[in-house]
Parts: sequence; C-alpha cells; structure tokens
Amino acid sequence: MSTKKLFELAKTIRSKNAGTDKITFDIIFREKENYELVKKSGVINKALICQIYGLEEKDIADFVEFDPGYAIKFTIYRKKPSGSPGETDIFGCQQYPPLLDIEIPIG
Amino acid sequence: MKKELNFLCPNGHLGFAPTKEGSFYIGVKEKPDYILCDSGSDDIGPTPLGADICTSLKSTQIHDLELMFVESRKLGIPMIIGSAGDTGTNRQVDSYVEIIKDLAKKHNVSKFKLGYFYSEVDKQYLLTKMQNGETLEGLDGRHDLTLEELEKTDRIVAVAGVHPYIKLLDMGADVIIGGRSSDCAVFAAPAIQQGFSEDLSYYLGKVLECASFCAEPYGGKESVMGTISETDVKVKAMHPDQMCTIASVAGHAMYERSNPFFEYVAGGMLDMSNCNYEQYDKKTCRITGPKFIPIEGKVKVKLEGAGKVGERFIGMAGIRDPYSIKNVDKMIEWAKTQVEEKFGKEGYQLYYIVYGKNGVMGDLEPIKEIKSHELCIVVQGIAPTKEMAEEVTMIGTRQLFYARLPEVKGTAGSVSFILDEVIQTTPAYMWTLDHTVSVDDPMELFEVNMIEVE
Repeated sequence: MSTKKLFELAKTIRSKNAGTDKITFDIIFREKENYELVKKSGVINKALICQIYGLEEKDIADFVEFDPGYAIKFTIYRKKPSGSPGETDIFGCQQYPPLLDIEIPIG
Repeated sequence: MKKELNFLCPNGHLGFAPTKEGSFYIGVKEKPDYILCDSGSDDIGPTPLGADICTSLKSTQIHDLELMFVESRKLGIPMIIGSAGDTGTNRQVDSYVEIIKDLAKKHNVSKFKLGYFYSEVDKQYLLTKMQNGETLEGLDGRHDLTLEELEKTDRIVAVAGVHPYIKLLDMGADVIIGGRSSDCAVFAAPAIQQGFSEDLSYYLGKVLECASFCAEPYGGKESVMGTISETDVKVKAMHPDQMCTIASVAGHAMYERSNPFFEYVAGGMLDMSNCNYEQYDKKTCRITGPKFIPIEGKVKVKLEGAGKVGERFIGMAGIRDPYSIKNVDKMIEWAKTQVEEKFGKEGYQLYYIVYGKNGVMGDLEPIKEIKSHELCIVVQGIAPTKEMAEEVTMIGTRQLFYARLPEVKGTAGSVSFILDEVIQTTPAYMWTLDHTVSVDDPMELFEVNMIEVE
C-alpha cells in the first residue's frame, strides 16, 4: 500500500495556545476528499499523538473531527503554563512540525 | 429596531501590529453602525499582566485608536474597545481613556460621552470569598484555587461578558474603553442591546473577534464587516483581495480554542455544533444555526492572574566542536555544579534551553539525537534579587566556557559568546489563576464610569 505524508494532503498544519494552559493543533484540508481520506484512515488518533509527543492519554484535553472545517483538531495540556520560567514557546505555535511527516495510506 | 446592523472590525488585537488603513476606509464607506475591536490577549504570557506593562507599542495603539475614533465620530456611531492595552488592567484602561481625550483635542471633537469600565479584582475580595467557603473552580485541568496560590498572585483581572458594555450603551456612551473582556462580548453586547437574539449576537462576536483571520487568503490586520439580522449573521472581507469563504469562516471557529463547537463566556455558552455556512456572495459568508445556552444558576466569571517568580537574567553561548555538542549535557551539568557551589541547590531557578537539540519543543521533542553542527544555549537565571539573578546567570553561562570535558581538543574556551555579559529582562511571572468565580450579579466585578468630553 502506498502512502503520502500529511503535509502533502493538508492545507494547514498549525499549533497555537488555547488559553494559558493548553496548546491546540489544527490539521485543515482544502478538499473534502483529502479530509475524508485522512479521517477514514484512522491514522491520526490519540495513541499516535501520545507516541509522537511522549504523552499519556490524560494529557490530551480534546480530540475532534470537525466536518464543517474539513479539519482534525486536538488539544494537549501544557506541562507548565505558557511563559512560565523555563517554558520555551509562549504562543505555542512551533509545536506542530512532528505532524508533517505522518504517513497516511492512500490505497 | 433596525432590521440589520453592521459592525466594522479593523483589528483582532488593537495595538499589537498596526491596522491596515486601506481596507478600514473601504469598510467606513459601507456605513457601519459600530466600529469596534478587541485589544487584548492572554497569548503574550503572564509577564505583561503581572508587571502591568504592554507588549504593544504606544505609537501603534494611538495609530489604531485614532483611525477608529476619527471615523466613528464623523459617522456619529459608537466605538467600542475591549481588553485595553493587551491585558485590560485598570492602568491600561486609564491609558486608553487618556489617548481618546488627547485625540479629541487634536481633532477638535467635542460633546461626546466616553464610558469605561475596570476589570481588576482585588485579592482581598477573593480571599474573603474563599474564607467564607466559596470555591474558585479551576479551568483547563487546574484544581480549585488554594490560598497559597492566591497569595502568590500579584494582579488579577476578571474577564467581562456583555454586561458592562450593555450598561454603558444604555447610559448613552459614544466611546467605550473596556477592561479585560471576552473578545466576543465586545460585539455581542451592542447587538443584544439593540434587541437581536443572543444566539446570533454571540456568534457575531465569535466570528468578528480576530478581524481578517476569518478571511482568506491569509492576511492579518485587515478589516471585516459583520452584519446581524433577525435570521442570520453575514461576514464580509473588506480587503479587495480577501474573501470570507465557508472554509475560512468555519475554519476560524477552531482557531485558538480547544474545541471548535463551544465558546464559554460569562453568562453561558455558545454552541456552534449546528452552524450552517453558505457562500452568500464572492466575499461574504452567511451563517445560521448557532445557539446560546444561558448558564443555570449563578454567573461564573473567568479570572486571570499572574504572580512574580523573581528577577531574571538571560545569558547566551554557542558551541561548534562536535565532541562538545555530543557532550552538551555534561557541559551544562558542570556549569550547574559551579552555581551550586556558590548558592546551593535551592532559592533560585536555572534553566538551559539548547537550540539545535530541543530548544523549541523541550520534552515534547520526538527527535532525541542532535543533528546540528552547532548549538545555541540560552541560560535563564531567576532569583529573589537582581544581584543574585545576575550572578546565578553569569556563573551558569561563563562556566560553560570552562566546562571540563576530558577529551576536548580546544582548551582555550568551550563556547562562543556574542556578548560577554548577561542581560536583565522583565522579571519572571507565572499564570497563577485560570479559575472562575461565581457571582449573583456580574456587574459587582466591573465598575463602570462615564465622562462627558466637552
């Protein structure tokens, strides 16, 4: 079975603060077909997120498939609130790159 | 009651980066009924709230306020600003009120009512509530507030809903400067005050709050126009090359929030699960179906609070030797022990952020092996006094230079410096409050004021 990388299928892959204690990730598709393909593949799920970011399932606050926006969205709790001493990304906007290379089977 | 109202929003965070004037003046020509936007964010970390400073430049704040003030007075329509000066503290509200007064003088504008309200919450007020057995519930996975956490807090703002805005509009305000508020309340309040449904009014606020972030192609700080009627909300991009599409508007619902279907404000929750999006014309998206669910019982108001951790300095060092790169953890260990020799293990904080290893993602970084040919180490030292923070950071940085690695070839110095000094920053703060307080009347947290500018 051949695969494509997530960045080849999605229009936008981003991360950003959701309040002071969480970071939210959006994977947004331009075409419904690509959205359905990725959604139906089931590859992007809580277990994969935990594996990539070294988290436990309780660290994931939300996981949503958002049909009106052709988007898959998940949110994680920060280990420390944004901007705390030693914290490295106040806006939370550089936490998405490990998602770019996720392999999605395309049949 | 008018059949429709038009809301011109020029900026998603007034003052943070300048409003683009072209699309703003296009919007003004379309005869809005209100010009309004939000000026705050908790994205900027705890320091601005704790230290009561702005991350925005005053010159940019004046620029953006001047555009809105001059045009709203020309049209004779209300101008509304929420979360003044990034944080919406009392000091920032006062600063914006002064800017408006100065602009009135500069442009010879007179005889208007300037309303404003404060959002800061006195620690004693919360302490009394807690001592009376009331619970301040934690949000986002936080536990309920403890007395110790309250004690560590230096400044608290309550996040206003529509209530103080409606009050000031009822009092006849022409210009409103708001303290900390929910972004969407700034827009929802005038719509509700004019008799439109809460369902559509809160959605209107939700979609307009970040200005052109709900349009495509991407381009910040451009104006958008929202229109509310009895049956729908429409949102239109004002920039000639931008459009509000189904994808851009639906996509915006998920921006910066953990769940794209629900938005919580003081007084209830906006449910967007059954929103229907249609392309109304090339530049305009039409939305129907949002639902506002008022809270049962007491209104819960969100509190944001920041507390000082200590004085802070930063040092920087570079590494190029591949052997040193491989052993960077040992170099850091050496520097830490040198700080410990002077100050012991407690009473200060010392962090090493290693760019080229995991400086951006920290523990979330899945790549464990260093692949860079050079590293940058940022040393962050925090301590109760400026002198101690400086010394902690200085030892912690300079001792990287003297790190003892057994097989290193370069024995003249183990790191490079762009500055042989450490730099003082604004003190370090932490978000200590992300909680709610229950109130019988939300107005008890927000003191409103009105002045006549002669």
